[in-house]
Formats: sequence, structure tokens, C-alpha cells
Amino acid sequence: MAELQKNELLSMYRTMYLIRTYEETLGSIYYEGKTPAFDISAGPIPGELHLSSGQEAAAVGVCMHLRPEDAVVGTHRAHHFAIAKQVDLKKMTAEIFGKKTGLSSGKGGHMHLFDPEKNFSCSGIVGASFPQAVGVGIASKMQGKDYVVVAVGGEGAANQGTFHESLNLAALWKLPVIFVIEDNAWAISVEKSKSTCLGRNSERAKAYGIPGVYVDGEDVIGVYEVAKEAVERARRSEGPSLIEVRVYRFRGHFEGDPQLYRPKEDLESSKAKDPIVKLEKDLIRRGIATDSELANIRKEVEEEVKDVVQFARESPYPEPEEALENVFSGR
Amino acid sequence: MYKAISEAIAQEMERDPSIFVMGEDIGLYGGIFGATSGLLQKFGPERIKDTPISESAFIGAALGAASKGMRPIVELMFVDFFGVAMDQIYNHIAKVHYMSNGRIKMPIVITTAIGGGYSDAAQHSQCLYGLFAHVPGLKVVVPSNSYDAKGLMISSIRDDNPVMYFFHKGLMGLGWMPSPEEAAVDVPEEPYEVPIGKANVVREGKDVTVVAISKVVYEALWAAEELNKEGLSVEVIDLRTLVPLDKDSILNSVEKSKRLLVVDEDYRSYGMSGEIISLVAENGLTLKSPPLRIPYPDVPVPYSRVLEKFVLPDKGNIIEAIKKMFS
Repeated sequence: MAELQKNELLSMYRTMYLIRTYEETLGSIYYEGKTPAFDISAGPIPGELHLSSGQEAAAVGVCMHLRPEDAVVGTHRAHHFAIAKQVDLKKMTAEIFGKKTGLSSGKGGHMHLFDPEKNFSCSGIVGASFPQAVGVGIASKMQGKDYVVVAVGGEGAANQGTFHESLNLAALWKLPVIFVIEDNAWAISVEKSKSTCLGRNSERAKAYGIPGVYVDGEDVIGVYEVAKEAVERARRSEGPSLIEVRVYRFRGHFEGDPQLYRPKEDLESSKAKDPIVKLEKDLIRRGIATDSELANIRKEVEEEVKDVVQFARESPYPEPEEALENVFSGR
Repeated sequence: MYKAISEAIAQEMERDPSIFVMGEDIGLYGGIFGATSGLLQKFGPERIKDTPISESAFIGAALGAASKGMRPIVELMFVDFFGVAMDQIYNHIAKVHYMSNGRIKMPIVITTAIGGGYSDAAQHSQCLYGLFAHVPGLKVVVPSNSYDAKGLMISSIRDDNPVMYFFHKGLMGLGWMPSPEEAAVDVPEEPYEVPIGKANVVREGKDVTVVAISKVVYEALWAAEELNKEGLSVEVIDLRTLVPLDKDSILNSVEKSKRLLVVDEDYRSYGMSGEIISLVAENGLTLKSPPLRIPYPDVPVPYSRVLEKFVLPDKGNIIEAIKKMFS
């Protein structure tokens, strides 16, 4: 924590709190129109919704090191990385509400957020991010630039072929890629221990001759520190790194997931590992911030979330015929 | 429909110890869409295997197991996810029987969920059965109600060929996703087969033939009901199987009605709708008006509800098209 300035620490706190407030707000709006009988197609946010509450530190600790020209390729659960990468929150929210003012005018939706200005994208297909990030790394190298790319995947995605193929390729060609595995311990209902014999996916880095670190995502500063090394190494053209962040899934795989497969104690012990609570305590204990400073930040964030939600709610839907547009570009 | 599917699998597993199931969340969760509900409790983790997210591996493994006399059933959650394992399916599972000149059989059932209508967007809402039907060597079944779902699952398991078994999420009767009431019909308790390759005339009529499959069968039936009030008699055929295609049922009906409309939730080009219209054309049937189709247009599935509603084939489109034939 020593080397971080107060404004940087408060900025991290702010972003984590923004992510949490945003996710919990969407999580409650999601059920509007879906009760008493849950209907996935109804309400202002239809379809699947995968929220990232509890996983904030992975996104914030990593993205603090990124510049606008650096890229992040996310997963189906990507709001936290989008927010940490400073994707326009109004447009992102409008997209999730299926509105004309959204990032993609309602065509993409929550799992398919694209913001080329902020170099952010994500996908609904598990393991899709890794090879795409390799391509961004190739572009950076071929263009003689020093921008880097973060490929995000869950611990479940580390059992995909794309993960291993991409690690090998990025290592072979010394590409500026930071592979971030968010280990929330559950691939929907399948526990990590039932899907791989290794306790830590970060150990797989050895097989490809690159650094691999495991870090606890309750501590955003810890994530920040390991990410710093990985990003600097990538920027120096020394090649990729693999970071596995142990994160804690506070909600279901998707909203409406009854989580019958998950022991109650697991959910409770996860919630006890709250990275926001930890940072808050650390900041106060070390005399870096006061209660009222943090309270002000929280108030500001809550206002911001209110604003973006209001913007999304009040925005118009696209015209139905727009469904047929933009399959191809002009030529 | 989900109960019918899991019941079919359970009854077959009791009969034949060589049957086992692999897939993501098919054990403890019972399948994200319920198709394997209760199976882990009945048969244990040796025969009901929850897998890591390693589709190339577990779908390719179905081939190896089948080559040694097992009869694997493999589920991959959404049809949209198949890209990652396609090589094992279209270059291997589909072709081994042929390439070995019939010496190696591939009794594999691959099940998956299809269909949209609930804003799950471009990577979780497609049908894509046409993609699999295009590849020689794969049988393709797409039931539209719980009776057919059970009978076709049993036939698929007993078949010595690889069968792609598609269930529409919006027909499963899941409670959390709307499903037409008509899809939940009585299912006999005992095991029975619905033959693969046999279509079903679900409504008889004489003025026009509507060929459909899966969930749009109901849109066609609802349209037929409305048009009946206006004096038009619409015959509706539920194909149930795409490969092998029940050509006779289609040709017999169109020969009688002299008009053809194909309704399909899969993409328009190079797919089911074109195939059926070609079949009728090739057989030289004389029609009273040009054949029409209402497929999913050639665009990815949009997220926003208003956009998706615009592109999904429905009762309204069907009525409009049929009226056009008579104007």
C-alpha cells in the first residue's frame, strides 16, 4: 500500500464501490416484472444476467495499470471489468436495458458489450477471450506499439483448449498479454476441485515457461501488485504472464439461479471475504482516509448509479426494423 | 418436455448398462434445462458424469467410448457453444462409420438446447440444426412436445448412428421460461419409440400445407386456427426429424393442397426452408401459387426485445403469408 498515493487508493475504493452498487442495483431491477412467477423473458432487463458482486478486486487491481489504448477482453460476467476499464456507464446500462442509446443500440446485450473507444469487449462463450487477446498482442507487436491486453476467464475456462493454445502461442511469440483467471470456485454448479486436479491454475504457467501467480482477491492491493509486474513485463515486450485471482461469487451463476448445488456455508464464507470491506478497514486503520471521506464517495457513487439507471429507463427502444441492419459493413 | 427426456434416458439406462451421460452441469444441477434431472441420484457419478468445460475432450471421448461398445449420451448446454468441439463432430463422429466402411458404429446421442424469444441474444438463442443436418452422417431430431420428446429420445439412444437431439428451451416447461401449454401432452409411463424420420401431420387441411419444426409448429397451429375462422383449411406438418427427412409426408400433403409454406426458426439461407422447397420443386409438383417461407432472417439474434420480436417467425407472419397466397 506504501507506494500508492491517497488519490489512487480512493479511486480504487470508488471504482469497487461503483461496481458493487451497480451490480446490486441491476440485481434488484432484474426482478421487476419477473415476479411472482419468475419469467426470464420479462421485465426491463430480460434474458440471462451474470453479476460480478464480490469479484471487484480482480478488475480494479488489474485495470488500475491500464491505459486507454490497452485492451480488455472479458467474459459473460464482465460488468466489473467494463467499469474498471471506464466503459461509458450510461451507454452500457442502456445496452443492458435493450435501448437505442446503448453501446450497440440494443443488439448486443449484457454478455456482448463492445466499446472500441475504450478497447473493451466481452463474449458469452466460455474461453473465447484468450485467443482474441493473443491477436491484440500480435497487433501491438506488429505495429511497434507498447499497448498490452488483458484476457479474462473464469477458473472453469482454464479447462478449455483455447486457454492452453493461447498460453502457448503468447509465450512462444512473447506477446504482451496478461491472462487473468478469476477463480470463483464454481463453473455454474461444478466445483473447481471436480474439474481439475490442480489446486491452482496459475501453476499451469510452468508448462508454457511463463510466470504464474496466485493471489487472493479479497485484497485489491495484492492484486494490484502482482498485476503491476505482469503489465510492466508485457509492456517491456518480455512476454505474457498468468495471474489467478481467488474471487468470491456473492450471487448465483445467473440471476434466478437457485444455487441448490452450493453449500450454504460456502456462500457465507465467500461473503465474509468482501474486498470492499477489507479496503475500507485498511484505509481507516492506516489513517489514509476518514469515515466521512469514504461516506462522501459512497454517496457520490450512489447518485451516479441512480443517474445511469434513469438514463437507461428513459431512453427509447430501437425501431424494430433496425434488427436487420449492420450484418455487414458498407463494403 | 424436460421430464419426458430425463425419463426416457433413465428407462434406457436401466435396460442397458452401456449407456452413460456426460456434460456440463448435468449431474448435481440436473442439466441447466432439466433434461438430466434426477439421473445422478438414480445412477451415480460413474454413469452420470459432470464434466469440466472441455467440450472437445468430452465430445471426442464419446467417439472413443462408442468405438469400444459404450452408448454415450452427451449434453452441451446451448447449441451456440458447439463451435469449440465441432471437429470431433463433423469430421469424426459423423464420418467414422463411412470411413471405416461400416465396420465401426457410432451409437452416440448429442443433446443441446436451441431457440430464442427471451432476450438471450446472439450467442445463446440460435437453432443451428440446419448446420448439423448439412453434414452427412448425423441424424437430426427436433421434438416439439413431451410425447415425441420421450419417444424420440428412446429411438435416438437405440439407434446405432450418431443422433443430434435438439430441444427448444421454450418448450421444456421449465416454469422460469414461457412454454406453450400444448407442448405438455400426456406421456405414457412405459418406454416407447417415436420413429426417427417420420413427420407428424398435426392438423389436417386441404388448402395449404405448412411445414414447421420445433416451437414454430405452435405458431403455425395458432395461425391455422385463426384462418379456419375465415374459411381457409390449413394442414400443418411437424417434421420432428430433419435427417432423414420424411419426404413422402411433405410431398403427399403438398400434392393435395397445391400450396406450400415453410416456417423455420433457423436461419434462412442454405437451410431447412430452402431444402423443403427444393424437394417439392424437384418432384415437379404443380402449385397454385409460388412456395413461400418464413425462416429466421439472415441476421444474428438481437438482444433487445423489440428487435428480437421483429425477426422471430410468429403467427402474424404466417397468417400474412398464407393470405398473400390466396390474394
